[in-house]
Amino acid sequence: MAAGMTYFPIATNTLGSATSSVTFSSISGSYTDLSIVINSGSTASGQDIRCRFNSDTGSNYSFTYLTGNGSAASSNRATSQTFMPLDYNGYLSGSIATTTIINCMNYSNSTTYKTILGRFSTTAFGTDAAVGLWRSTSAITSIEFLTSASTFLAGSTFTLYGIAAA
Amino acid sequence: MAYSYKLIEAKTLGSTAASITFNSIPQTYTDLNVLCSIRGSTNGDGIYVQFNGNTSSYSVRQLFGDGSSVASNTPGQTNYGTIGYTTTVTSNTFGNLSIYVPNYTSSNNKSYSADSVQEANQTQAYMNLVAGLWSNSSAITSLTIACQVGNLETNSTFYLYGIKSS
Repeated sequence: MAAGMTYFPIATNTLGSATSSVTFSSISGSYTDLSIVINSGSTASGQDIRCRFNSDTGSNYSFTYLTGNGSAASSNRATSQTFMPLDYNGYLSGSIATTTIINCMNYSNSTTYKTILGRFSTTAFGTDAAVGLWRSTSAITSIEFLTSASTFLAGSTFTLYGIAAA
Repeated sequence: MAYSYKLIEAKTLGSTAASITFNSIPQTYTDLNVLCSIRGSTNGDGIYVQFNGNTSSYSVRQLFGDGSSVASNTPGQTNYGTIGYTTTVTSNTFGNLSIYVPNYTSSNNKSYSADSVQEANQTQAYMNLVAGLWSNSSAITSLTIACQVGNLETNSTFYLYGIKSS
């Protein structure tokens, strides 16, 4: 890693066909933080985008949102979920028009639970800012993205970046 | 290992200007991120973005707080995409603004996410989260930022970064 270079693409996936889930696996622990950028849509409009870490399907996820749908603002939360819901109004639309940016801090430590900050935007439904928690001290080595009831559209892009502190 | 986050162009206003434009944006990146420090000449003025000089097909849903309430709305303007607001109630105070545009060279409509804050140590301040869409399949080759009524003030800065996914 060259000195002064801190933001690196780890993996990217452009879907060649509609796909029910996308997984980044074998994530190196050599970075400080992770950033994920998703530009996507779903075959059925209005679906959630969700994620799981390390294939954990236990009730270990929670999430709090600040959200606006274009006419009203509110805050909501979900606790003890079996996945991390990544939006409230920033749903996937029926075209590739949803921008999702997720930052996952200190993902590789084996001491603390893991947290994320997220921004989810689509003009079809609204925009969210969110914080999420995965109640596990395991280092994050894989991230799976899925939708609530449909598939991601072909052409959707998923990119994982690693951020190095030094 | 590829370095994925690169400064394309920086602009610092030496005098007030109605707008700034990044022209001839290279088509060699995956995403664009514009980071700005902005002060406007008119209090409460809207800040907007236009792509390729185009004056149609913009839509926005936004979530905002002004220090006393939170709300969400859908601005009706289609000739530009609102991305934030100015405050001039405290001198020497500039706001921060980030615009993220994924897949700016694709043939899909262009979605973007914008976050801005205008803190002024006064009763009036703004925080905006924006879901934006430019319904146009053209690759983005230029990007303009301007105020709806007033000017962009001297010493406002604008940094355009290109981000590569591989």
